[in-house]
Amino acid sequence: MMRRWIIALGAVCALGATAAFAASEAEKPPEQHFSFEGPFGRYDMGAVQRGFAVYRQVCSNCHSMNHLSYDDLAQEGAPFAAYRVRNEETHAEDVRLGLPPGAHGQYVNINDNPYIQSIAHGVQISDIDPDSGQPTDRPGRISDHFRKPFPNEAAARAANGGALPPDLSEIVLARAGGANYVHALMTGYTGEQRNGKYVNRYFPGNLISMPPPLSDGVVTFDDGTANSLDQEAKDVATFLQWAADPHMVERKSLGLKVIIFLIVLTGLLYLSYKQVWRGVKH
Amino acid sequence: MSGPSTYEPKSGFTRWLDKRLPILRLSYDSFVAYPTPRNLNYWWTFGAVLSLCLVSQIVTGIVIAMHYVPHVSMALDSVQRFKRDVPFGWLIQPMHAVGASMFFVAVYIHMLRGLYYGSYKAPREVLWILGCVIYLLMVGTAFFGYTLPWGQMSFWGATVITNLIGAVPIIGESIHQWLMGGFAIDDPTLNRFFSLHYLLPFVIAGVVGLHIWALHEAGQNNPTGVDPKTKEDTVPFTPHATLKDAFGVSLFLIMFAVFVFYLPEALGSADNNIPANPAQTPPEITPEWYLRPFYAILRAIDFDIGPIKAKLAGVILMFGAIAILFVLPWLDTSKVRSMRYRPAARQFFILFVLAAVGLGWCGSKSPGFSIITAGPYQATVSWIENGSVTREAITSPSPDATPAAMAAAEAAARQRGATSVFVQREGGVNASLIAISGGTPRERTLSAPKSEELDAQINAAKATVGAAAPYVSIKRQTPFVFSVTQLAQMLTAYYFLFFLVILPLLGLRETPGRVPDTIAKSVVAGEAQGA
Repeated sequence: MMRRWIIALGAVCALGATAAFAASEAEKPPEQHFSFEGPFGRYDMGAVQRGFAVYRQVCSNCHSMNHLSYDDLAQEGAPFAAYRVRNEETHAEDVRLGLPPGAHGQYVNINDNPYIQSIAHGVQISDIDPDSGQPTDRPGRISDHFRKPFPNEAAARAANGGALPPDLSEIVLARAGGANYVHALMTGYTGEQRNGKYVNRYFPGNLISMPPPLSDGVVTFDDGTANSLDQEAKDVATFLQWAADPHMVERKSLGLKVIIFLIVLTGLLYLSYKQVWRGVKH
Repeated sequence: MSGPSTYEPKSGFTRWLDKRLPILRLSYDSFVAYPTPRNLNYWWTFGAVLSLCLVSQIVTGIVIAMHYVPHVSMALDSVQRFKRDVPFGWLIQPMHAVGASMFFVAVYIHMLRGLYYGSYKAPREVLWILGCVIYLLMVGTAFFGYTLPWGQMSFWGATVITNLIGAVPIIGESIHQWLMGGFAIDDPTLNRFFSLHYLLPFVIAGVVGLHIWALHEAGQNNPTGVDPKTKEDTVPFTPHATLKDAFGVSLFLIMFAVFVFYLPEALGSADNNIPANPAQTPPEITPEWYLRPFYAILRAIDFDIGPIKAKLAGVILMFGAIAILFVLPWLDTSKVRSMRYRPAARQFFILFVLAAVGLGWCGSKSPGFSIITAGPYQATVSWIENGSVTREAITSPSPDATPAAMAAAEAAARQRGATSVFVQREGGVNASLIAISGGTPRERTLSAPKSEELDAQINAAKATVGAAAPYVSIKRQTPFVFSVTQLAQMLTAYYFLFFLVILPLLGLRETPGRVPDTIAKSVVAGEAQGA
């Protein structure tokens, strides 16, 4: 009697092949209730500023953000836009960062904004020296795009074990789950390692090449916010959301006006329609 | 329906112009005096909605084209820069992307309205066919447009769709390469798709002109399907229909605005914000929602039909699903236009709408996705612990004699006391035999709710018994699975059944309800019933 036998690859081989454990599916990122959610949601500018600190100190070592330049950070409505605000008690003028549009304060011209100047000066940008024509590094200017961590894709892969760190400009739009996914990915490491990759509950396939980037106390926040892993993850997710959708506040507030206008218009059109059809049976 | 012109030029200039270019007369006759059935309901306002959608798409599209770069390495960047850095780019880009979806929402309602009220029947066959041409052009335009940002879905969508042409026998491969402009989807493909995406909307606008011309020749259908007979039955287009249309359009715009301002990404796929990567296939390739019913029909055919390969059969049915609309006026045999008076047809129509929505759902799921799994996936893993393994090579004199030699060797091994024998052919005259004798037979039954989880359990079982028994037998029991593909097959069958069998036969057999003599009568009767 013939029985169908299937040859296993061999005992030792089968034992060694731990990767044979089928990768379980990624878990669904939990909801974080971000400040920018909902029709009236606004960016919590403090969170965006802290998130930028996380990006600058941690993420930017490997991840580019090619669509942003330093002056984007200080345009009106952006996290590092400076506003002169009169202090009612001392009558002195304070400079405040990142007020929402329409807040009481006078926008400071971007060239006079010391914060963005110091952020830009703090990086070294690869450029061509105009005198010699040779590649050189120079201090950043506010008109520069965010510094690229690697000159090209091959260099990025070589430095990251063959994996390419994706550009983060639009990452929350390019991943299902958006900012919740970013937060989950930052906090989803189990601490295990397999085949030189890291186990992350929320990453598709569960094995990610990126080592855990954040942990408690990795980034120091200027505003004194507790730098727990969860806080860092939430702030960097907020920053990346702002980076991907910088016109959100403008869009939502125009949307409200447009929809109110359309509702009034629809009401008027309905009344005129009823007026015209009055006495016409239909 | 257009009677003699009632336009009377009022001023000296208009009288002068009317003798030279009667464009004001044409506009007056078409959009002011044009007699409109008085009983049109809100489903008739979607023609106006569609006109607005077309204008909006063309205007926003022209602005985007001023900033768009049709190059594989710059296309996505240029779209993102448009949204970020161009004044109001953040408004115009979602208006265009969301606008495509809104256009299809409106066109599907418009088409279903035509289907329900029999607007394709004589004398409106040409009007209906022109509408089908517009729809076909819209599908093409939307597809080309979706490829332009050159994200992952753009690239892979273009790959899947152009590959379909390769299914055509003999000439398919040449046409495929001609479409792509090379041997793979690349810059030449993107450039021609951009060119066509810019061209087709103007072709649509031209056919819309013909569509309106045909409409004004035959006159509008109406919910009763009865032709207007007297002046009592109609009202002038302006102000009656214009204001009602304006009200409908305004309501539609509120929905449009909610999506543009608050949910700009809701109808798109996150994958399309990832730059196209020919080396990496996304986990799911699905078109936008409005093309998913046809995508489901394409994938439903996973079996060969006679000499026709599954892929070609899928392509034929997918295009057939649109082509069949062109001949609909001659498939429906009913003398009654409106399904309002065809109770049986109405039931089948509702089923048809559900089938189309169901196909759209199928198109969004992966084909193997199981809707109902009757019981768990099971496998019996058996092995022999601590058996002694002997290997033997079998050589037979000729390839024909090999099976007999294999059987003889197996019988011999069993006679020697082997409990399990495995024989495998390795070539024309060669085979190998593995015999296990002695040892204890062991068995383990595994069970899991999903096929992948069962695989994981089997691998785990193999790993644990591996050292003791290198040879493991696995018997799988797959439960009955009702998958997305099977559902899509049923719905596809109904889609075609509706047009090819139900409508032709029903028209001959059904007993329609009493149709009112005139529109005016139906209006009065409706009032009497308090409707």
